[in-house]
This record gives sequence, structure tokens and C-alpha cells, in this order.
Amino acid sequence: MRAPGGSQGGREAVAGDILLSVEDVSLSFGGVKAVSGVSFDIRKGEIRAIIGPNGAGKTSMLNVINGFYHPQQGRITFKGEARPRMRPHDAAHGGIARTFQNVALFRGMSALDNIMAGRTLKMNANFFWQMLRYGPAMREEVEHRHKVEEIIDFLKIQEIRRTPVGRLPYGLQKRVELGRALAMEPELLLLDEPMAGMNLEEKEDMSRYILDMNDYFGTTVALIEHDMGVVMDLSDRVVVLDHGIKIADGTPDEIKGNQAVIDAYLGVAH
Amino acid sequence: MDILYSIFIDPFAQMIGAPDLLVQTLWDGLVGGMLYALIALGFVLIFKASGVFNFAQGIMVVFAGLTLVGLYEAGVPAFIALALAIAVMYGLAFAVERVVLRPLVNQPDIILFMATFGITYFLIGFGEFVFGGDPKVMITDDLYLPKGSFNVKMLGGIVNFQRLDIVAVVVASIMVAALAVFFSKTRIGRALRAVADSHSAALSVGISLEQIWVIVWFAAGLVALVTGIFWGARSNVSFALEVIALKALPVLILGGFTSIPGAIVGGLIIGVGEKLAEFYWGPLVGGGTDAWFAYVIALVFLLFRPQGLFGEKIIERV
Repeated sequence: MRAPGGSQGGREAVAGDILLSVEDVSLSFGGVKAVSGVSFDIRKGEIRAIIGPNGAGKTSMLNVINGFYHPQQGRITFKGEARPRMRPHDAAHGGIARTFQNVALFRGMSALDNIMAGRTLKMNANFFWQMLRYGPAMREEVEHRHKVEEIIDFLKIQEIRRTPVGRLPYGLQKRVELGRALAMEPELLLLDEPMAGMNLEEKEDMSRYILDMNDYFGTTVALIEHDMGVVMDLSDRVVVLDHGIKIADGTPDEIKGNQAVIDAYLGVAH
Repeated sequence: MDILYSIFIDPFAQMIGAPDLLVQTLWDGLVGGMLYALIALGFVLIFKASGVFNFAQGIMVVFAGLTLVGLYEAGVPAFIALALAIAVMYGLAFAVERVVLRPLVNQPDIILFMATFGITYFLIGFGEFVFGGDPKVMITDDLYLPKGSFNVKMLGGIVNFQRLDIVAVVVASIMVAALAVFFSKTRIGRALRAVADSHSAALSVGISLEQIWVIVWFAAGLVALVTGIFWGARSNVSFALEVIALKALPVLILGGFTSIPGAIVGGLIIGVGEKLAEFYWGPLVGGGTDAWFAYVIALVFLLFRPQGLFGEKIIERV
């Protein structure tokens, strides 16, 4: 169990400033309300879990944060700046990276190229040099390749770097996807069910990567996860959604004892 | 028996009997094939990056050529006209992204495919409106493209090489090599492939779809311009050229829709195959084989290797 502000690996940053705040956000598709009036914040350096039963609006929430969807109502403030109608491209520029529920990798490309793609925004040699693949473009290529190798070492995927990711088993694909997000050196990392469909061992590995990342690189993490054990172990604070409405927000301990949460998960007699 | 003899034995006997003629046929096929390959390359670029089969590639070749010649006829010096034609192709790429692709984001591929039909008819109409419908003569002299031909004595005969063809092959090879490196080894190239694989993932790492689409359509436009110049120099710049673009289809089936080397090899095979068939087997069926032979090769390929010679294997996890 990790208590917020606990002593594990310098967790003082947990009480840091607010990195992102979601205020009264509503999102609907036609008549279907995916999220209604949700507010919460993510503090610098914390691991923030978003949980809830299926269809609670968790993924919609992530899509709003990284600009795939634009909420009809409400405000997202990232690093103290409200960004109405932020596009995914801008979110990535601002330092928000993400992974997807159903692994979205570039299937035809090698693991290495996938992770290199994560560095797109960090590279800026112009079109001319790129065409020639010489001078600044080449220097840049080498420099970023170094960074990428560090990430590959960190995630222990050295032996698969040349394999087209479409051929990798699911657990490794998820790891490559995490690597691609890490390559962006994000300030905020959104993980959509990073452990879905994994066995116990893979889940433990993935949990360790998330914790290490948070400790060593100071990456703030927002994750959606269904495995309650994992959520309670990893996260500093948890927000619970049900039918698009926030029903609880607090430390894992507070959430465990919360009646509304228990009802949402187990159902309640009306 | 006579038929079998004239199909299976006689043509090969002719090849061996007159090797200089064989070389001539191969060379002609190679040059024709190179130009098919260039058209196919334009298709591949756009297909790779957006999964859209761009029906308008053929008309883009005509339009690029017409723009170049049209500007020249309007009194613009040749090389400035060339620069302007490049600028026009950029403008076209930009307009296509803004007006056609952006509003159709996330629509099924077939809708985008139909939209490229729209682009085709727009370009035909617009081209005729601005430059007129008459065939134009490519400004080879002013672009310092060589003309005439020379003979080389070899294999006991004479083989004739058009100077223009040699330049065409050299220019095309350079362009293809540059594109291949660009696509596989650079940031923008990686971004192009990334967009081809997954739109949402590409967006999430900060690749801008709009920018990428403008780049690929512009690249396809440049390829179209080069193709237009060389095809135009061999015949004329006219809307009839558009039909030749259909030959790119068998080339793509052979080479795979996503492979640049595939487009080249496919183009060469079709070009050479077509010429050989016409020269050695054509007389048996009264000639005219070049209209259909390429499609027969493509059909055979479809039976045995549907993803093409170099196409990405379809990997499906079950």
C-alpha cells in the first residue's frame, strides 16, 4: 500500500501543484451523455487512478484530456492554462502522452521505429535536411536514437527492437506502446487500461514500470484500470465515475470504504 | 503442332537468333516500365500515408504537365514555369487537404476513394477551362532535355537509344532512391508510415495529420510533374495521357499497394513483359496486345500472390 506523501522513493512531490484540472466537464454524443459535470484535478508527480464500471465514461474522460473529444461544457486547465478546443497535436506538444485501451501501435513498423515515432515532436530538422538525410537531420537521428535505446533498456525489450510490432504478443505490444509514450518525455501520461488482458506476472512487471517511471522521471500518471488490487497498490488518489458522474474522489483507503462506490460496483437494490 | 511451335519455340528462337532485337525490345520495355512505375509511385505515396486509393493520380500527371506548358505558352520563361508548376502542385495538395480530406476525416475509405473521383473530374474541367483541350507539345528544348538518338553496335546488330529515355531513367532512379530513403529513415518518413498504420496513435504522439497529408499529396504532385514532363516529351501533353494511368493498376497489383520498390519492379516487369509479348507473340493474335497484356499478368499475380511482390504481409492475430 502506498500512502500519499509516504516515504517510498521520495514521494514528497505528491503534494505538488495542480498539473491539470477538470472543471464541470460534460460530454455527450447526440442524446447519450458520456460524462456529465465531472470535476477533479491531477497533481504534479502523483499517480491518479480513474475507475468505474464499464461505460462509466473513463475513456471518454481521457479522450477529452488529450483533445480527441471536445467537451460541450466545462473547462480543462493544463499547467495553469485553459485550452478550449485543444487538439491532440497541441496536447502532445504541451506534454501529454497516452496509451490506448486496445493497443494502438504502428503495426507495420518495428518496435524501435514505433518508439522513435514518439520523439517526432522533439525532432525539428527541417524538410530539406530530412530529404537529404544529412547534416542536422542525421545528427538529430543519432541523438534521439540514444534516448530511445535508454527507454528500450528501461523496459527490457532489447531483443525485440527490430521485430514488427504486429507480430509481438499482446503483453509486449503494451510495453512498446508505453515506450512510445515515454519517448515523448511527457509531463502527464494517460494510461488506458495498461494491464487489460495480462497475466499476473505481466501485470507485476507493468506495475513496476509505472512506479519506476513515476519515481525516476517524475512523470505524472493518470490511469484507468479495472484490477482493483493494482489500482489500490499503485495510485495516490482515485476518482470514481459511474454513468458519467463522479461518485467519489480520494485516497485508496477512502475509496475502499465508500458506500457509493461499493453500490456502483456491486449494484444496489432500489 | 504448328500453333504450339509458334507459341513455345519460335519466339525464343527469334530471341536467340537476333539478340540485338531482343536488347532493343528490352530497353524499350524498360523505359516504358519506368514511366508506369512513376505513375504507380504517385499512387503508392498517397495510399501508404492515408490508405486512400487516389484515382486522381493520372489526371494529376496531365494537369502538372499542362500547367508547365500552359505557363510557358503564356510567356513565362521555362524554368520559372517549372518552379511555378511545382508551386501549383503544392497549392493543389494544400487545397485537397483543406477542402476534401479534412472534412472527410474518419469516413470509410470508400468515401475518400469516391472523393478522389471528384478531384479527377474537377481537374479535368479546370484544366480544360484554363489551358484548353488541345494537346500541347512539351517544352523539351527549353528545359534542356536532350533529343535525338544514337546507335550502339552490339551483338552483331545495332541498338538504338533515345537520349531522352536515358535522362528519364536517370531522373526517375534518383527520385525513387531519394523517396525510398526519405520514407524509411527520417522523422517525416516515420510519421508518414505512422499515419498509415493508426490515425489515433499518430495523433497521440503529436503528429499532425493535416501536415502529413499535405506532404504526401505534394510529393505525389512532384512525381506527377516529373512523369508529365517525360510522358509529354514522348508523345504530347493531352488528356489522353490519363488513360495510361490505368496501367498503374496492374503495376500496383504486382508490386503491392504499399511498397515503393514494388512499384518500381512492378512497373519494369509490366513494361518489359508488355513489349516482349507485343513483339514476339503479338503477331500470333494480330497485334494490339499492349492494351490487355498487363492486366493478364496482374490477374495471374492475384491468383498466386494477392499482396503483391513486396506488399506488407497481412498479419492477423487470432
